[in-house]
Amino acid sequence: MNRQIIKSPLHHKKNYFLSLGKGITGAMVVFILLGMVWQPYSPTAMDAMAKSQAPSLLHLCGTDNMGRDILSRIMEGAGTTFFIAACVVLIGFTIGTLIGCLTGYFGGLADVILMRVCDSITAFPSILLALVLVMLCGRGKYQIILILGILFIPSFARVVRGEVARQRSQNYTAAARLMGAGHFRIIFKHILPNLLPVLLPTLSIGFNNAVLAEASMSYVGVGVQKPELSLGGMLSEAQTYLGNAPWYALFTGLTIVLLILGFSMLGEGLSREES
Amino acid sequence: MFKKRILALFLAGALLAAVLSACGDKKTQGTPGSDETGSSGETVNGGELVVGISQDLGDSLDPYQMTAAGTREVLFNVYEGLVKPDKDGNFIPAVAESFVKSDDGLSYTFTLRANVKFHNGAVVTANDVVKSFETCAATTVDTALAAALSTVTKVEAVDDQNVRLTLSEPNGDLLSYVASVYITPAGYANNATAPVGTGPFKFVSRAVQENVILEKNTEYWGEGAYLDKLTYKIYEDTTALMNALGAGSVDMAAHLTIDQVNTLNTADYKTVEGTMNLVQALYLNHKVAPFDNEKVRQALCYAINVDEILALTAEGHGTKVGTSIYPAFGKYFDPSLVGSYPYDVEKAKKLLTEAGYPNGFEMTITVPNNYTPHVNTAEVIVEQLAKVGIKATLNQVEWGTWLSETYQGRKFQSTVIGFDAVSLTAGALLNRWVSTDDKNMINYNDAKYDELMKQAANAIDDQKRIDLYKQAAKRLTETAANVYIQDLADFVVMKKNLDGYVFYPLYVMDMAKVHYVK
Repeated sequence: MNRQIIKSPLHHKKNYFLSLGKGITGAMVVFILLGMVWQPYSPTAMDAMAKSQAPSLLHLCGTDNMGRDILSRIMEGAGTTFFIAACVVLIGFTIGTLIGCLTGYFGGLADVILMRVCDSITAFPSILLALVLVMLCGRGKYQIILILGILFIPSFARVVRGEVARQRSQNYTAAARLMGAGHFRIIFKHILPNLLPVLLPTLSIGFNNAVLAEASMSYVGVGVQKPELSLGGMLSEAQTYLGNAPWYALFTGLTIVLLILGFSMLGEGLSREES
Repeated sequence: MFKKRILALFLAGALLAAVLSACGDKKTQGTPGSDETGSSGETVNGGELVVGISQDLGDSLDPYQMTAAGTREVLFNVYEGLVKPDKDGNFIPAVAESFVKSDDGLSYTFTLRANVKFHNGAVVTANDVVKSFETCAATTVDTALAAALSTVTKVEAVDDQNVRLTLSEPNGDLLSYVASVYITPAGYANNATAPVGTGPFKFVSRAVQENVILEKNTEYWGEGAYLDKLTYKIYEDTTALMNALGAGSVDMAAHLTIDQVNTLNTADYKTVEGTMNLVQALYLNHKVAPFDNEKVRQALCYAINVDEILALTAEGHGTKVGTSIYPAFGKYFDPSLVGSYPYDVEKAKKLLTEAGYPNGFEMTITVPNNYTPHVNTAEVIVEQLAKVGIKATLNQVEWGTWLSETYQGRKFQSTVIGFDAVSLTAGALLNRWVSTDDKNMINYNDAKYDELMKQAANAIDDQKRIDLYKQAAKRLTETAANVYIQDLADFVVMKKNLDGYVFYPLYVMDMAKVHYVK
């Protein structure tokens, strides 16, 4: 009783996180989709007459050290970063959920071993592990997707495993068993839909981490390789010209901030909605 | 918890914006002023100077053991040979006063300058010179020098003032090698840590990762140094060096790029522009199709707009080369080769069609990722090649990988890099393209070129040798051996009240000529 009294005013309060998160994320997605079909200039077209120009009506975000339009470059780079983050989350999410479901539901030796493997992966700083894997796999867009995808599996597996283990002891699972449903039917038809409230925030945070991981790897030069664009690579390029063309770093950094902020707020909003 | 994270994000964003807007103030500086020597006043004798360098002299200070260019550059002021290079690439007498060459080119007699003193006070004798040549021939780590000295069959002291070298075969470039044989006291064994030479500055001390201190040699035989004391302060990287320059704790620094110079306040420093002394080009592997086809290589030359590369990557600074010789080589450099392939998209397309690639082709440009100027140049080339239908991609590799795979392994299609010269001989730049040379990374194989190089090496007459080397360099241009781009601009910055910096065709800093002005 007591609990409901405290909760009810909160419940009626508008969920600003959710609406703001939806707004920012929606705007970013539209921006990136637009970048796929139209850009004000070619992101690689150089112009010696327009080097390091400040933002103007002609170039809304200014130009870089080789006279390339920064807005077009950000559109292109954000697209690459978004694509990589989405793929990474897809790999980590799919495999992580699968592992989490199976180990959480069945438990036993496989559970112990797989979770210890996940522990040992998370024990290393992820960027260090990623750098080691880059040495083995080489550099490039698809290598980064693969490496980060693998490194993101444990975080999803861990969350899903805990939740599945909890759901397994619920009455509806027992009821389903009594009705003669098979294990896999129970996992994927009965338990999985109930994971959604936990999964959605995890997904958005995972997406954020993927954006940051790609950006930092490209920033240190082991991620997406020139002349292909990504936000992290652009930021490291912009650093050299901080003195001459600060808008390059500013707008690139701002894009990363907005991308992450939108998804953070979306995730937080979603988890508030559930509680 | 989560609110905190969002707050942190906002704060980070705000901080970034603040930092960036602070940096924006510097924009008004624009391009640095060029050499302002015209405004220099009265030359001052004396004073102390701090030079910032971005590498320690970690290899060895021994004249025959030092390998790093950064070490050679400092000790150029301490050691001298019988002759030494001047800023035009000629060899002027140093420890030797004069020399006589026999008509067959097989014997050189050097007359030592009277009363040249080592930094330890001893007078240079013919015996010191003979011992220096012997030690150098036996221990030098410079393989080209070792090879040249192996043709010197005898080094003998004729009397106290004269030393004679006897050669088994004529060597037109002998003087440049003689200049590399630094003269040190016979029997002195501590050069690796406390070098003793005859140069305008003498060595005082070296602190690891900290500094190297030199002071004026007051008993120098010629026009000595102006400065009393010279401190080379060591910084771990160029970023740290640039910060020190910004803070004013360094008086002078060399080998900077235009972007680095742009970050400095022009009210405190002036900039002198020279060249890096290397040949930057898009080097093509002649063993890999389609670069085995001369028409394709020529098409590339026409398709690449060097002026645009200079404008985009270095605000127009840099010197076009046209062949494997850079302009500081003076007498070997042929300026007429520079314009051999004017930018012409139509001609490039026509040549590609003739060669059987009407729709272009795909190619990879390998470039070491630690050399920003080469990466930037390669990026522009990718764009320019797209205009003639060639789809080029960049392959950025570590410096170590470039050395082992690309340079030694010759596993590449094309690469952007700069080749420099270890000595002031045309051979140092041209020998590598002889078909049998083990440094011929592009697998260049041209019978006419090989023949010209062979004749040049054996020519005793100076003018004839120069002509032959020039013809060889022209042959490289004619056959479009590589897409030659430029000798990169090299910027030296120094405090406003300093003057006298002179660029050499080699990687050295002659500090004897630097002085304060009133």
